[in-house]
Amino acid sequence: MANSTPVMEAIDQTIESKRRPPSDVITEWVSTVDHKKIGIMYIVYALIFLLIAGVEAIIMRIQLAVPNNDFVSPQVFNRMFTMHGTTMVFFVGIPVLFGYGNYLVPLMIGARDMAFPRLNAFGFWISAFGGLLLYFSFFGGDGLYGAGSAPDVGWFAYAPLTAKVFSPGNNTDYWTLGVLLSGIGTTATALNTVTTVISMRCRGMTMGRLPLFTWLMLITSSMIFVVVSPLTAAQIMLILDRYLGSHFFDTQAGGSAVLWMHFFWIFGHPEVYVLVLPAFGFVNEIIPVFSRKAAFGYPAMVAASAGIGFVSLSVWAHHMFTVGLGPAGNTFFVFSTMVISVPTGIKIFNWLGTLWGGKIIFTVPMLFCIAFLFQFLVAGLTGIMLAAAPFDWQLGNSYFVVAHFHYVLVGAIVFGLFAAFYYWYPKITGRMMSETLGKWHFWLFVIGFHLCFDFMHIPGLLGMPRRIYTYEASRGWETLNLIVSVGAIFQGVAVLILVYNLVRSYYRGEKAGRDPWDAWTLEWAVPSPPPVYNFAIDPSVNSRRPLWDLKHPEEPDSDYE
Amino acid sequence: MQTASAIPINEQGGAPWVLPSRGIIGMVCLIIAESAIFLIFVVAYIFYIGKSLTGPYPKEVLELPIFGTVCLLSSSFTIHHAVAALRKSDTRGCLLGLAGTVLLGGIFIATTAKEWYHLIYHEGLTVRTNLFGTTYYSLVGLHASHVIVGLIMLVTALGLSLAGRVREEHAERLEVLSLYWHFVDGVWVVVFTVVYILGR
Ligand code: HEM
Ligand SMILES: [Cu+2]
Repeated sequence: MANSTPVMEAIDQTIESKRRPPSDVITEWVSTVDHKKIGIMYIVYALIFLLIAGVEAIIMRIQLAVPNNDFVSPQVFNRMFTMHGTTMVFFVGIPVLFGYGNYLVPLMIGARDMAFPRLNAFGFWISAFGGLLLYFSFFGGDGLYGAGSAPDVGWFAYAPLTAKVFSPGNNTDYWTLGVLLSGIGTTATALNTVTTVISMRCRGMTMGRLPLFTWLMLITSSMIFVVVSPLTAAQIMLILDRYLGSHFFDTQAGGSAVLWMHFFWIFGHPEVYVLVLPAFGFVNEIIPVFSRKAAFGYPAMVAASAGIGFVSLSVWAHHMFTVGLGPAGNTFFVFSTMVISVPTGIKIFNWLGTLWGGKIIFTVPMLFCIAFLFQFLVAGLTGIMLAAAPFDWQLGNSYFVVAHFHYVLVGAIVFGLFAAFYYWYPKITGRMMSETLGKWHFWLFVIGFHLCFDFMHIPGLLGMPRRIYTYEASRGWETLNLIVSVGAIFQGVAVLILVYNLVRSYYRGEKAGRDPWDAWTLEWAVPSPPPVYNFAIDPSVNSRRPLWDLKHPEEPDSDYE
Repeated sequence: MQTASAIPINEQGGAPWVLPSRGIIGMVCLIIAESAIFLIFVVAYIFYIGKSLTGPYPKEVLELPIFGTVCLLSSSFTIHHAVAALRKSDTRGCLLGLAGTVLLGGIFIATTAKEWYHLIYHEGLTVRTNLFGTTYYSLVGLHASHVIVGLIMLVTALGLSLAGRVREEHAERLEVLSLYWHFVDGVWVVVFTVVYILGR
């Protein structure tokens, strides 16, 4: 870095030369309570599961590539979509976002660690154990002889499919316990995040000066309390039903299957927002830096995000239009779902406002953010279509729905996530990622994404149901499905390029220095990677962009706030 | 020049920088999360009132646990007293407050145990008997397990206090514990209303 002092160079050096024997390194990582190490462990663990769940997606798409295929059996297909959905949501989405939260939040607010470091380690290990338990079901689900017997009840585990009679053996229990444990870990980490943001901010870091990513982590984490707990409660009920013979979801004894649906979707719908808000946070940090402009409409951004979080808690039953809630129920949920588009629209305008007239620099993270904007808009539009109950009666449980929610889950969340990988990698490892490989990753993934999920809408409109393991050649879906599958494989290859880039750059990437992007938030003020306890002296800030003030003393932000 | 330490510390003369206490914020978060769990069990209870296909029915077997309730609710005052005493450096008052809380909480859990014993062995009601049994044991049991966790923590605090290890500087921690205990009490008011008043 041009403008860092010799002393800081020396610190960068010592951090660099600290590679030690493997056994030491392992003990150090396993026993760590440092928020940065835990953050990295979350991210790595999520990446591993991303690869696994990606393989499951590709298996499904190979099976559906041609009609009347028998690549996998119907039951294996069920297992694949169950494991894919569960893994993506619980063992990729949540951990990776909390990984970034863990890593970045203390740095961004000028703190030396999370509020409860040991609870933090507990949260990580219990979630990780949940993931291992879920995958252990491949070996032990139907007893030791039933290798390959993962859960097959769907990631929503609808009653009464999960009752002992319909799913004997233990695979459903692996699902319940694995997800339950990850939920406990998630709640612990959310608690830690909220407490950190509220009570560990450095001097001058008022709530009105929090970086937007920190705000979004705060909102997401607060949502977790009221979103994950209902699922935990429902899972306790399911365990009681399966082990103690109680009757919560047992229709034979007067229990109700619709109750499970309510409980599940009270969790399931807001969960999408729990995942998407941190992705918004990434975009909120990256777009301003590469437009060389302060984020447009900071208060509106915060208010809109909080609004999204709040309204999303009241829309769950749009997943249940086809159950028959009656006109009053349906109308309520149609309207509450539509209301979400207002704050979402505000956010899109704010991003465009930030880009407007900016000096846009097309780095790889910025490319991912721009694709994010576009795809998120399209996903919003198909979402509004589905929010209309009559339309949903036609398309509910069709491939159209699958296309729609992957537009959000992949087109928005995963794209935001990829942007974050490229943007913060230099901070985390001290090395830049290769931009060339990054561009390959970007273009292959974008092309694959659009081949896969744009075309997926059409068989849905033509009547192809979701969760079918094969179809006949006479329906006119064959070519479309083949295109979709090819798109899926493109995305798989792109992810492999990303992984290669991550590993290669660790050893051979260009040195990053402390602030390679000329950014403004506090994490870029410390060396890359940051030392233990982050800050040599507790920092003190007096604007939203403390580093801007440092670099431009003649025109500091603080004069404008 | 770009070191964190170089970030100006120019508000030194200004207002002191105070932030809320970690322990209390953390406990409030935990309470919100736990409330959501209880809410789901309460909703399930209310949803299934009167839907059991077979007996025994609540009005045949449930009696109002007035004594236990009075004990539990008054333990909120004793724990409050313990915290207030510790604030004023009155360790003896704190010890008494804690002992009172443990005693009252213990009585409550004993009345619940007695009730369950009666229901299981005399009325033949278990979780698997009918929907009433299912929802009753899970909701009351969830609450009871929270009481037990609270009691374990209180007994630990009592032990430390007997050993003379609880002093004024621990007041904030004790307050965090007392928040939890007030929560457990508050939940009981809801459970009591739903199970013993609405449910009958
Ligand atoms: C990037 C490549 C991805 C591909 C090619 C893919 C493909 C698929 C396929 C083929 C299905 C089964 C559809 C059906 O037959 O019903 C599916 C279901 C699903 N996917 Fe993905 N997916 C991808 C990424 C993701 C991500 C990132 C998430 C979440 C964060 C996700 C969450 C889900 C869920 C929740 C289901 C529903 C599972 C169920 O019905 O039980 N997927 N995906
Ligand atoms: Cu939804």
